[in-house]
Amino acid sequence: MSQTLTPARTVPLTPSPATRWRRTLLGRDSAVVGLLIVVVIAASVLVPGFASTTTWYYLLLDVFPILLIALPMTLVIISAEIDLSVASMLGLSSVIVGSLFEAGWPLPAAAAVALVVGAVGGWFNGFLITRVGLPSLAVTIGTLALFRGIAVGILGTRAVTGFPDWAQNLVTSRIGPIPSVIFLFLVLAAIFWITLHATAVGRVTYAAGLNAEAAQFAGARVGRLKLGLFVATGVMSALAGVYWTLRYGTARGDNAVGLELSVVAAVLVGGVSIFGGRGGIVGVIAGVLVIGALRSALRLADVSSDVINVITGFLLIATVIAPGLWARFGERLRRRTT
Amino acid sequence: MMWISRRKAGRASAAARVAVAAATVAILAAACSSGAPGSEDSADGDSSAAAGGGGDVSITFLPKNLGNPYFDTSSKGGKAAVEEIGGEFKEVGPTEATPDAQVSFINTLTQQKVSAIVLSANDPSALCSSLDEAKAAGIKVVTFDSDVDAECRDLFVNQATAEGIAKAQVDLISEQIGDAGEIAVLSATANATNQNAWIDMMKTDLAANHPNITLVDVVYGDDDDQTSFDKTAALLQSHPDLKGIVSPTTVGIAAAARYLQTSDFKGKVKLTGLGTPNDMRDYVKDGTVDAFALWNPEDLGYLSAFAANALVDGTITGKEGDTFTAGKLGEYTVGPDATVLLGEPYVFNADNIDDFDF
Repeated sequence: MSQTLTPARTVPLTPSPATRWRRTLLGRDSAVVGLLIVVVIAASVLVPGFASTTTWYYLLLDVFPILLIALPMTLVIISAEIDLSVASMLGLSSVIVGSLFEAGWPLPAAAAVALVVGAVGGWFNGFLITRVGLPSLAVTIGTLALFRGIAVGILGTRAVTGFPDWAQNLVTSRIGPIPSVIFLFLVLAAIFWITLHATAVGRVTYAAGLNAEAAQFAGARVGRLKLGLFVATGVMSALAGVYWTLRYGTARGDNAVGLELSVVAAVLVGGVSIFGGRGGIVGVIAGVLVIGALRSALRLADVSSDVINVITGFLLIATVIAPGLWARFGERLRRRTT
Repeated sequence: MMWISRRKAGRASAAARVAVAAATVAILAAACSSGAPGSEDSADGDSSAAAGGGGDVSITFLPKNLGNPYFDTSSKGGKAAVEEIGGEFKEVGPTEATPDAQVSFINTLTQQKVSAIVLSANDPSALCSSLDEAKAAGIKVVTFDSDVDAECRDLFVNQATAEGIAKAQVDLISEQIGDAGEIAVLSATANATNQNAWIDMMKTDLAANHPNITLVDVVYGDDDDQTSFDKTAALLQSHPDLKGIVSPTTVGIAAAARYLQTSDFKGKVKLTGLGTPNDMRDYVKDGTVDAFALWNPEDLGYLSAFAANALVDGTITGKEGDTFTAGKLGEYTVGPDATVLLGEPYVFNADNIDDFDF
């Protein structure tokens, strides 16, 4: 792997310390983190009851599945692909856990099978995209319907319930005021952060998003990378499915319908370019939390659901057009100064 | 030179970024602050009530989803009841009818320390742990329309019993055809649990109390409009002496009415069953259908709000035999499994159908 990536290293990808600091402070990640801080402070001041550990406990439990799936989705979108089948894979995983548990399997074994199915489903996406050469948008819209269809086909309109208390308590347990699952997330986030920002895999991911052909010519195995990213997305979606099943104590074919759009929205709010090549893990985590905190605050302020949807939709548009706006604004300033 | 101009560009774009970020924040802040006061009109200082711990009872309705005419009607009844009680009414809910969205709302209501939550559940067990936490915080939980597992709530307000639904339909059809002749049933799917239970009860009731009525056929429209339409046509072909059709499903009765409306059988073959006023309005007004049954969601919401209030003020605890008064609907007694029954199904006809919009 490292052998094939040597050409990439000849590009001066390690900036000087000063540039690196400037990039960190002025980059998109910091903009989103700043936005998060502002939203949290504003909500704490304006919305009674928001500034409490209970709010954050529920908020983190609610956004946990989105956080999980957003990690690999960040890499997928940076590599200029997309995976819209994640929520359907979550539902399929939930149904697999439920039906195996119902058939008498121990829960950990059922969860393991669900993760394997996640990997296989992700590989199937990746195979069609990288080996057959189909566009990821079309493929994953197809598997969105396919995985959901299988999920609903297995259980129908039935729901499997009665999962053991220890498992349900485990996913909602807390360490101090923080849900313990968040610590699992932090470990996973660290792995994805290191992969994206400090390894050759990460550099190929960016290169693939900026110019896949050039990356290919430079010797990077873009296809293999993307295949791996789709497998990772499948596994993380399946893991989110296991969590979902236990948190709500019910395995249903229609679990998390439409969640893929929440994930993609959060990744874009987190500063990842939908055209690929730009973005980072920290910004995406902040993006997920911005949307989660905003929704939670608005709910606490008794704002109706339709208005909440309008506001989050507006936030998404604002964050997507903002980079373009400030590029143009910068251009104009530059022209004036010369 | 290149370096300097690039530096400048970097600064300029940094300034632009700050400006855009500030603008975004301003917009968000405006959105937040415009949302908050607007909500206080309806909630009437919810936060101060919660913080002050005053005697004001706050009852919140959490339907399966918002923008659903059925739940708009039940919330209307709930609001009227809460106003009579002198409490504070609020309706919250997701735009999509999913259990996870309802859990978020239950958690929020637990934090707001409302007195009672009145909900129609999107899943019988997915809401349980959040409802347990609400109950632990001293909030009373009443379900209506769609129940949760019995241990997760304080009371369930049942819209109708299977016996009541079966009897109402038999009474309607026997009255409409003069208590004699052939009838048929147009049901949903062949294995629909509710419909099959009702049909069995109808058969028993017919045999016992209406010996001159014969049930000649049961056909299944699969709760599909076109299939139900075709089955109605076939039914009238194969049973020329048919005097009435009972369709205990809202899809079936509307499709059968649509067939009858333009056929020679209009007015001659009677049709009744379970339907909604909005589906059936035209057919009732032009005489295709005389009357049909369902429960009244407005009364259901009204009763649920009174039941919630009775739990809050301690009149009832959910124990069998507890009694409370629900305003204009009169006195109710808690039955087994902490259940209150709304009553007999409601009969809709040309005189009252315009009072309803669901």
